Amino acid sequence: MATLKVSVVSADAEVWSGEASMVVARTVIGEIGILPGHTPVLGVLAEGEVRITLPGGERLIANAADGFVSFENNELTVLAGKAQLV
Amino acid sequence: MAAQLRVYRQRIRSAQTTKKITRAMELISASRIYKAQARVQASAPYTRAITRAVSAVATHSNVSHLLTTEPENVQRAAVVIFSSDRGLAGAFNSQVIREALELESLLISQGKEVVFYLVGRKAVGFFAFRKRSSIRDWVGITDSPAFDNALEIGEELVAAFSKDAAEGGVDEIHIVYNRFVSMLVQTPRVVRLLPLELVEGVDAVEDKSTLPLYEFEPDASTVLDALLPAYIHSRLYNALLESAAAKHAATQKAMKSASDNADKLITNYTRLANNARQSEITQQISEIVGGADALATK
Repeated sequence: MATLKVSVVSADAEVWSGEASMVVARTVIGEIGILPGHTPVLGVLAEGEVRITLPGGERLIANAADGFVSFENNELTVLAGKAQLV
Repeated sequence: MAAQLRVYRQRIRSAQTTKKITRAMELISASRIYKAQARVQASAPYTRAITRAVSAVATHSNVSHLLTTEPENVQRAAVVIFSSDRGLAGAFNSQVIREALELESLLISQGKEVVFYLVGRKAVGFFAFRKRSSIRDWVGITDSPAFDNALEIGEELVAAFSKDAAEGGVDEIHIVYNRFVSMLVQTPRVVRLLPLELVEGVDAVEDKSTLPLYEFEPDASTVLDALLPAYIHSRLYNALLESAAAKHAATQKAMKSASDNADKLITNYTRLANNARQSEITQQISEIVGGADALATK
C-alpha cells in the first residue's frame, strides 16, 4: 500500500515523524484528507486535531494550534507553534 | 617582614576563592551550551519547513503583502537588540550594543529616525545609564527562551510595523544579535527583519524549480497572511536561541580566562611569599649569628 511521509513539527521540537497511509487535518475552511500522491497543497490549520492513520490501521491524533499543513513530493509537514500528540 | 608574608598569603587565599567561583561558573555554562545548542537544533525542522513554504508561496504567487512591501520613504526604523540578562560574559553584550549603535548612526545618516526595542537586562541597563529611551523592554527571558517569548516580541513588532510612521509606527525593523559561530567565536549579526526580503531561504539556496506549485487552502493571500507572521516568529525565536547559546559560550570563555588568570596570580604570589619567607629566615639567622659572635668576642 502506498504511504506518505509525515512529520509533525512544533516550533521547539519535532513531535512525530513516520509513514502514514492517510492524514486528515482541519483547515480554516473545513477538513482536508490527504492520501499518498495528493497534489501539493498548503493550508492554514484551524485549531483542532490532525488525525494520522498509520499503514497498520492504527490512528494517531495530534493537537496543533496556529499552524500550517503542507504537502509536496509525498511528504506531509504539519507545522505548528505548539503541537503535541494526544 | 612577617607582615609582608601575611599580605601575600592573604592574596593567595583570595585568588584561590575567586578561582573556585569562576571555575564553577565555567563548568555550569559549559553544560548549558550543549543544552542551548540542542534547542537551536530542535527548532531547525520548523524553521526549515516554514522558510521553504514562504519561499514557495513567494515564488509562485504574485500576491503582495503588507509585510513584504518596501515603504516608499522610510521615516522611522526600529532596532531590536538581543543582549543577555547577566554579565560575566566578556565582550558579549558590549559587542552587540556597539553593533546596534553603529547601525543607528548609519540609519540616522540615511535620514531615518531610530527607535529601540531591547531584550535582556544588560541592554536595558546600558540605555537607562545613558538616559536613552526605548519603546519596549523584555527582561528575564534570555537564559532559556520559550517560543511564547518570540511570539510576544513578534506580535509587538508586527503591530508597530503595521502602523504608519505618523501614528508612531515604524517602517523598518532590524534585529541585532550574537550568533553562535563556535565555542570560541560569537559574532554580532544584523538582520533586517521587516519588510521581509523574500529571497530563497537564508540557509538553503534551492533551485526554484524544486519548489512545489502549491494549491492553497483557502487561498494564497490568506495563507500568506498567516504564514508571514509565523515566519517572523520563527526568525525571532531562532535569534533568541542563538543568542542564548552564544551567551553561554561567551560566559564559558570569560570564566575560563578568569580561572587561568587566578592560577597565574596564585603562582606569582606563591613565589613572592616564598621569597619573603626565605628572606625572613635569612635575616633571623644572620641576627642569631651576629648575636652569637658578639657574645663570643666578649
